[in-house]
Amino acid sequence: MFSKTKGAAFMPYVCCGDPNPEFTLKLAKALAQNGADAIELGIPFSDPIADGKSVQAASARALVAGMTPKKAIGIIGKLRKEGIGVPIVAMTYYNIPFSFGEEKFAVELKKAGAQGLIVPDVPIDECGPLSAACRKAGLDLVQLATPNCSDGRLRKIAARTKGFLYAVSVVGITGARGRMDARAIRLVKRAKRMGVKVAAGFGISSPAQAREFEQAGADGVIVGSRLADLYSRFISGKLIGERRALAAASKFAREMKRACLG
Amino acid sequence: MKKYFGKFGGQFVPETLVMALQQLEHSYLTVGKSRKFRQELGRLLRTYAGRPTPLYLAKKLTARGGGAKIYLKREDLLHTGAHKINNAIGQALLAKMSGKRRLIAETGAGQHGVATATAAALLGMECDVYMGSVDIARQAPNVYRMELLGARVIEVASGSRTLKDAINEAMRDYTASFETTHYLIGSALGPHPYPAMVRDFQSVIGKEAKGQFAAAEGGVPDALVACVGGGSNAIGLFFPFLNEKVKMYGVEAGGDGNGHAARLTGKGKPGVLHGMKTYLLEDRHGQIADTHSVSAGLDYPAVGPQHSLFMEQGRVKYAEADDSEALSAFHLLSELEGIVPALESAHAVAFALKLARGMGRGKSIIVNLSGRGDKDVDHVRKIEGER
Repeated sequence: MFSKTKGAAFMPYVCCGDPNPEFTLKLAKALAQNGADAIELGIPFSDPIADGKSVQAASARALVAGMTPKKAIGIIGKLRKEGIGVPIVAMTYYNIPFSFGEEKFAVELKKAGAQGLIVPDVPIDECGPLSAACRKAGLDLVQLATPNCSDGRLRKIAARTKGFLYAVSVVGITGARGRMDARAIRLVKRAKRMGVKVAAGFGISSPAQAREFEQAGADGVIVGSRLADLYSRFISGKLIGERRALAAASKFAREMKRACLG
Repeated sequence: MKKYFGKFGGQFVPETLVMALQQLEHSYLTVGKSRKFRQELGRLLRTYAGRPTPLYLAKKLTARGGGAKIYLKREDLLHTGAHKINNAIGQALLAKMSGKRRLIAETGAGQHGVATATAAALLGMECDVYMGSVDIARQAPNVYRMELLGARVIEVASGSRTLKDAINEAMRDYTASFETTHYLIGSALGPHPYPAMVRDFQSVIGKEAKGQFAAAEGGVPDALVACVGGGSNAIGLFFPFLNEKVKMYGVEAGGDGNGHAARLTGKGKPGVLHGMKTYLLEDRHGQIADTHSVSAGLDYPAVGPQHSLFMEQGRVKYAEADDSEALSAFHLLSELEGIVPALESAHAVAFALKLARGMGRGKSIIVNLSGRGDKDVDHVRKIEGER
């Protein structure tokens, strides 16, 4: 997932099915062609408590348009069939795999071609059954660490995580921020010392911010809300002005990728 | 403290909140158990909130039922009009003594928002209350009351625009603000330690009722009845009786027969929402369902995790009363006893009347009359005018 040579991986978040499945396929493809090193694919949930307005709105649009966990897994399979080779990490909230059946969910994600899974409302203390299901399926369950983690806690999270450690770069929820918290940069440095791959995300919205994290040693930079803000301007109902939306997303991806290279 | 009630409960929250909740648990176990805290809370409940509340034998309601004696635990007489103040003062005092300066809360019917705004005014704290836009429309007087008390009411227009979404938004706020802010959850739900802490603060209801019943009739009642939204008034009444030979009934909102809010008696199944594993209503894809009840306070798709355990153990029986039964009880209690109940509590009254009918004359029931109906008067008049 992370380039061995230079800079940080650019990992955009895409809410699956916003505003329709066809656009998600095209958006993922455009992002991959314009510098994305991995894609975090959000499987929308009705009550996304870790998300700010942009991702909430994207999730709501996707659900109204009929997106389901099963269809989202189908889209991962489709991306693979269409030759999109970048790693895909699914992101959702715990009730989705819990309701689906954790083992079945992990197996089907893996079978479709996903490498990992992020579930922000399952901290390490509660991750037992989901970890077991993912391990069995060969899927990386990515753990999240936050700026207010003690060193002891961070060490435990780093020991538990698979694939990479998700360094949450704000004290709060997702959503573009003008300025980054100094504690977030420190978190990346602290996590790096524990010998794991670290991707920073939450609140990162500009190339300059991405560069800050790259310079702090992050192996990856995750950007979601800003991207949703960019393309959602072209949405009306289930329709979207695809050409302009994809052009805006592609341009943003190129800028972010350049920043991630350092 | 134990994080789970059987397999229910837990702490399913973003990592940011794990530390915040550990701190809260620590405060509760140290500050919250201190003599100074206990004394001050006791003093405020007595001199400010109006405890103890009476246990009233409703003779005409009993006669109407034609069976067991019906006692009403008069939480409706408390300051701000509902049991919610017990928990609001408890948590607000804990927050204040733990160095927080701001309170946030969610509210459905508005009662918990009013109680929190009141506690904030009393203790000199800032207060923001999240409320769904559907609830703002049907509980307008309570919105103004919160503002009068100096709180800011923040409209939540996402999702089903009711209590569930107000909780989401309050949790998002708390994730960013926990260093200075306490999230004052209004029911015995949410991530650990809230369900246990709220239950403890509400247990004053059952403790008092136990002593009052023993003084009035001797022994313990045969049955307890309370409505269950999140379940705090029910667990507050039930908890001190758990080891007694007393039947317990939690009454859920049956709504209009369609997308109702019956999680324990209806189509609910275990899931995870608002930081806890518990019975909840969801669609076949795992998305949380929209609920409907005539009473905003019962319009909630999940339930406090200890109720899920009680249901599976069979310790508490869960039943439902639908909108029209609740509305009938609303009128009946007003006319027979001169007590206008909250629509939430009217669900309990409706069920208790049926229960009393099936029980012998020598038996007794305590119904938790959890709130008064002033807030519902306009709403009921409006919906009945439309019928």
